Amino acid sequence: MISDVLTWLNDPAHWRDRPYASFTGIPSEVLAHLKFSSIAVLIALAIAVPAGLAIGHTGRGTSVVSTVNAVRAIPTVGLLVLLALLISPHFYGRTDLGYVLPTEIVLVLIAIPPILANTYAGIDNVEPAVRDAARGMGMTGGQVLGKVELPNALPLMFSGLRSATLQVIATATIASYFPLDGLGRYIYDGYAQHDFPQMVSGGVLVALLAVIVDLVLATVQRFVVSPGVTRRFSKKTAASADAPTGALRTTGEVATG
Amino acid sequence: MIRFESVTKRYPDGTLAVDELSLEAPSGEITVFVGPSGCGKTTSLRMINRMIEPSSGRILLDDRDTASLKPSELRRGIGYVIQHAGLFPHRTVVDNVATVPYLLGENRKQARARAMELLERVGLDPAFAKRYPAQLSGGQQQRVGVARALAADPPVMLMDEPFSAVDPVVREQLQNEFLRLQAELHKTIVFVTHDIDEAIKLGDKVAVMRVGGHLAQLAPPAELLSRPADSFVAAFVGRDRGYRALGFAEAGELPLTDEHPVTVGATVREARERAHDEWALVVDGDRKPLGWLAVGRLPDAVLADPVSEELLNLGGTLARTGGSLRSVLDAALSSPSGRGVMVDDGGRLLGTITAGEVLDRIEHRASAEREKAVEQAVEDHLARSESPS
Amino acid sequence: MTAVITAAPASANSSPWHFWGYFMDNRGEDLHFLWLHFYLSVLPVVVGLLISLPLGYVARRYKWTYPPIVSVTGLLYTIPSIALFVIVPPIFGLSSLDPKQVPIALTIYSVALLTRVVADGLASVSEETQLAATAMGYGRLRRLVGVELPIAAPVIAAGLRVAMVSNVSLVAVAGTIGMDNLGRLFDKGRQLSTPDPYYPPIVLGIVLCVALALVLDGAIVLGNRVITPWRRAVAR
Repeated sequence: MISDVLTWLNDPAHWRDRPYASFTGIPSEVLAHLKFSSIAVLIALAIAVPAGLAIGHTGRGTSVVSTVNAVRAIPTVGLLVLLALLISPHFYGRTDLGYVLPTEIVLVLIAIPPILANTYAGIDNVEPAVRDAARGMGMTGGQVLGKVELPNALPLMFSGLRSATLQVIATATIASYFPLDGLGRYIYDGYAQHDFPQMVSGGVLVALLAVIVDLVLATVQRFVVSPGVTRRFSKKTAASADAPTGALRTTGEVATG
Repeated sequence: MIRFESVTKRYPDGTLAVDELSLEAPSGEITVFVGPSGCGKTTSLRMINRMIEPSSGRILLDDRDTASLKPSELRRGIGYVIQHAGLFPHRTVVDNVATVPYLLGENRKQARARAMELLERVGLDPAFAKRYPAQLSGGQQQRVGVARALAADPPVMLMDEPFSAVDPVVREQLQNEFLRLQAELHKTIVFVTHDIDEAIKLGDKVAVMRVGGHLAQLAPPAELLSRPADSFVAAFVGRDRGYRALGFAEAGELPLTDEHPVTVGATVREARERAHDEWALVVDGDRKPLGWLAVGRLPDAVLADPVSEELLNLGGTLARTGGSLRSVLDAALSSPSGRGVMVDDGGRLLGTITAGEVLDRIEHRASAEREKAVEQAVEDHLARSESPS
Repeated sequence: MTAVITAAPASANSSPWHFWGYFMDNRGEDLHFLWLHFYLSVLPVVVGLLISLPLGYVARRYKWTYPPIVSVTGLLYTIPSIALFVIVPPIFGLSSLDPKQVPIALTIYSVALLTRVVADGLASVSEETQLAATAMGYGRLRRLVGVELPIAAPVIAAGLRVAMVSNVSLVAVAGTIGMDNLGRLFDKGRQLSTPDPYYPPIVLGIVLCVALALVLDGAIVLGNRVITPWRRAVAR
């Protein structure tokens, strides 16, 4: 089977679009998959990051975070099917949008919890002494948030972003349960046609895409987050300026007055 | 100058943190707020830069009501140093120090240059500038914290237990360097600590506060030690007040005995010849004392050996000229030979003095003080019976 | 899709709120799905935990193994579960339609998630506590079981909850490629939705999945409380 999969993947015919055979090539599917995923992640970021920053900075509304987390209990497939059935009949002419819309809704819904929870946690984890010092030096609330809390929350925020992206890519695969483009197309078409090399190839491609995207995000994280926060530096400490001086010492008193 | 006018802080649940506090912290001096937990010292400090808002009363900074400015503007003109420094982990040391100048819109290059100067001033190697706070020790971080507070050259500085989180050796160094800095800069400083010894060491004036936010006594440290206002202050200042008060008495001119020291490297026989008694003082080529040698007991066999550092007893402390009576007495008490060593500003030997001789001097001074105290007590008593209280 | 389409039931009402009626009409099949779903959600997590405990312990104890172990498990976790479902059969020599692929893939997934959780949970036990236990005469195994695991329990429990709840959702995904579980209800609903939407099985599926997830989540929380009675005392 493994050699069949490799054969399928290496077949140049599978890399071209052949609309007459209603086959979409690998590059197009990858692009479609990325398109769906990035739209959802961007929308989720636009919603969850400000919310997480606000909740973390003001300390109010933490119950929102826990309720949003409960969303994870909802089966994504079920929600996809439900929303698709509710929405698609309204889009008779443009059937694609009728499936794209519920898909994007579900994708945004599952991307929000990790981003929100991690943004909030990131801000919350900033040490109180740092926050106190920032305010005490004369930063306004907004400056404290933007110049101090946010940069220090970045590692956790990135972790949330990566987690969300992963979930979105995974669920976008399932969206091909409906007639939508994406790498899941190979999995579901392969299943329907009992073309198992195609099915497994779809899985391999999805896995590769997810890993590569995660690597890219990890690299971005490396460059964006300050090394002082991740502690990624050689632990050199210079000779301590605090070392005591010789054996016979003065009692260290300075004349007063 | 910082003035508190009947400042009160009452929390919504009813706790009274500060109760009608009125005091003046003079310009260019260090005023220390000290007291047990819950006495409102930190709360009072934080009301100066409006991190906490007073419930009533006002605080004036050089005759300007702090409430009249926007909090963030007010704070940019006040240096703020806290326990655990609160350095920004995501910025390098130099960028941390330059924080307030950046906030004030200063040119980046200039701000950085000044930050580097300040780092040197607080005793940090310039190599630290590009490092991140996580790479620094506690004492080093605290120095950066002080440099950061000084960056915009504010006239006022607020310090909340800045040296409490480091170990005693580092703490003493930081305190000494802080005093040295203040001697150069003359900032108006309000300093909070729970350690009465630190308060006495650092403060020009000390405000002792009682639980519930009352001011018990505001006085220079010497007065606190010699005339505590009530039993609370007396108890808080603690035991050995008398001994500690010696720290404020200048030694002045003292009758020193000439010591005939032995230079390191000379033979033991020479040392024995030179010594007054069983002990010989050993110095280096510059006449700086290294330690005592117990020549009386050494066996004859070693007479020809050279005097080396390993043989020395390093027990005694050194009293520097211009220091206090306390340091002189300590030198005499701690010396293995019973003779306290006094040195000049360069650390070179001046002479020795015994504990008895120091105590004579102390007694002589004390009798004059006692006379004054009796007169003062009579005055106070008369004043009290005259005023209707 | 090879599912048999059952004739539209006597309760032909297609309103979403009619899911209870649908359930009553198809009780046998639905309960069967529910049981399978329960089994398929819980088993991989339990097996996964049993595998993760030693793995996580090794990663913690032999510090040099931490990076490779965490990287590999991290990689496995990055792979979407449905991809794991379809990749597992060829690797293990199963047919692509073999239902066994679901528990195997989900076990791999759980191990990928839990190994790091176990390692970090054990790391959260303070040095002093470990030393005190050793000094009192606890052998290594006894110390692990009697001291370190109970202290690490809350962290591990948190990871278990995530694993369990995700599993419930992931098992449903397998329903779309023909595996029997509550996910099949969604499949049925979709097939029966021509020409008009037929909601009951879908809503039923969602309701049962959520209920199952909440019950399992609650069970773990309860279990955690039982193992760590001191936390309640402190919190009070």
